[in-house]
Amino acid sequence: MPVLQELQRNHATISDFAMQVIADELGIHPAEVYGVTSFYAFLRQESRGRFVFRLCQTVSCDLAGKSRVACQLENDLGIGFGETTADGRFSLEWASCLGMCDQGPALLVNDRIFTRVTPERVHEIIDECKRTFGAHARQAAHA
Amino acid sequence: MNPVSSKKTPFTFDSIEPESGLKSALGKSRADIIAEISASGLRGRGGAGFPTGTKWNLAAAAKVKAGGNKYVVCNADEGEPGTFKDRVILLEHADLVFEGMTIGALAVGAKLGILYLRGEYVYMRPHLDAVLQRRRHQKLLGTAIAGREGFDFDIQIHMGAGAYVCGEETALIESLEGCRGEPRNRPPFPVDTGFDGQPTIVNNVETLAWAACILSRSAHWFKSIGTDKSAGYKLFSVSGDCREPGVYEFPLGISVAELLQKVGGEGAKAVQVGGASGHCIPASEFSRRIAFEDISTGGSIIVFGPGRDMLEVAKNFMEFFVEESCGQCTPCRVGNAKLLEGVGLLERGECSMQYVQELLGLSETMQLASKCGLGQSSPNAFVSIVKHFKDEIMGRTLVH
Ligand code: SF4
Ligand code: FES
Repeated sequence: MPVLQELQRNHATISDFAMQVIADELGIHPAEVYGVTSFYAFLRQESRGRFVFRLCQTVSCDLAGKSRVACQLENDLGIGFGETTADGRFSLEWASCLGMCDQGPALLVNDRIFTRVTPERVHEIIDECKRTFGAHARQAAHA
Repeated sequence: MNPVSSKKTPFTFDSIEPESGLKSALGKSRADIIAEISASGLRGRGGAGFPTGTKWNLAAAAKVKAGGNKYVVCNADEGEPGTFKDRVILLEHADLVFEGMTIGALAVGAKLGILYLRGEYVYMRPHLDAVLQRRRHQKLLGTAIAGREGFDFDIQIHMGAGAYVCGEETALIESLEGCRGEPRNRPPFPVDTGFDGQPTIVNNVETLAWAACILSRSAHWFKSIGTDKSAGYKLFSVSGDCREPGVYEFPLGISVAELLQKVGGEGAKAVQVGGASGHCIPASEFSRRIAFEDISTGGSIIVFGPGRDMLEVAKNFMEFFVEESCGQCTPCRVGNAKLLEGVGLLERGECSMQYVQELLGLSETMQLASKCGLGQSSPNAFVSIVKHFKDEIMGRTLVH
């Protein structure tokens, strides 16, 4: 699993080819690697955006108004849940309880947690991602 | 990290002198450490409530298989909806948890500890790594801990990847071994055949922290708090419709009404105790006590105000279980989907009483025939909501 997690961090996705390589290296059948990858919500075969937004859909966040946040996320990103923007920058997903229930609605963006998210703040959060994405792209160009 | 602290009452943990529990453990024999934990009446704080002393005793007595070692695993995979106390403990009292793991290692003779941290908490990792590193420098981890020859123990962190079922101890071990986190058949139990086939104790974050406190303060102190069968304090994660959501420390045995009063949730219509797998308690039963002998819980308290639609609540819980069932056994995989479908019928006002009875029958089958705790407890919320709020959920006419 740590191998898969590292791969995911660096490449944002776990391809068939990568799973085959891992299987060969570990001397196991690729189907076993696939079984593991598909089991965990945080490991994904499909390619995903640079920023993965995971909105908590569980009870406490529901009581705290997650539906309106969800709606605003869809509007501002222009995609539905389970989708990735055409430019590959953003993905939107549901998550189960993120352990921030007293400060919901909770939103996990990659490794960063946002609490008490309001429809109004959604826009700020997306903007901030766009800025850091710009910085990343410049760094990569220099490297 | 957190803009607002979740802590609403002082914790006993704040007042424990650092490493005093470990110091006291080092002065005792292994049997005496375990005897102290047993005498305190400490029971697992993750929800199941297994006596911690018994668990340690079994692991201490179990034989190591050729060339291996025993393990201490700290379960920090709190995924029960409405639970976040472990997050607070790990951020504010990581040392106490690691101290508890070290005491456990001393008691059962383990060489390696693993903290299984849920994937959602990856942002805590740098902090926890730093604490571990500092403990190594302080000689509280590594070889010859605190100068005692032969007492070698270190702790690693293993990240989960988003699967609720991994909170179940055998699923967690499967996951540690790099497999799909599917629960195993028990027996054998982890205390005998756990991680890597070796004797392993798996304890919740809070349990380990209390173990350290008990060694520091004495079993007698712990036992004197709470009720007969439920000793000690417990941390509660409170969320939902109340004025002051957050983490509270209360003695076990507190009534639902008392608790609501402390958190500003008077006037609630119902309270979900124990998260999605727990029970929904209506206002008429608020005098019941939160303890192993009455309503037991891992500490999740979700308050529903007067305006809440209980069917919505039931639906949300069922969606959760459909998503999180590992799919290994039929009662759980199919049963949860059926219950969710039933909720849909109720929502549209298309469900006969007879069908509701059938669903309740199905729930019973699930409680009996599912392989692990997830499946066994998944119908609880549905059943208790149907039982107490029939009037509200039956015969609906579609509003929207
Ligand atoms: S009860 Fe559910 S979660 Fe547990 S083993 Fe069966 S299918 Fe998996
Ligand atoms: S219910 Fe959303 S973080 Fe727990």
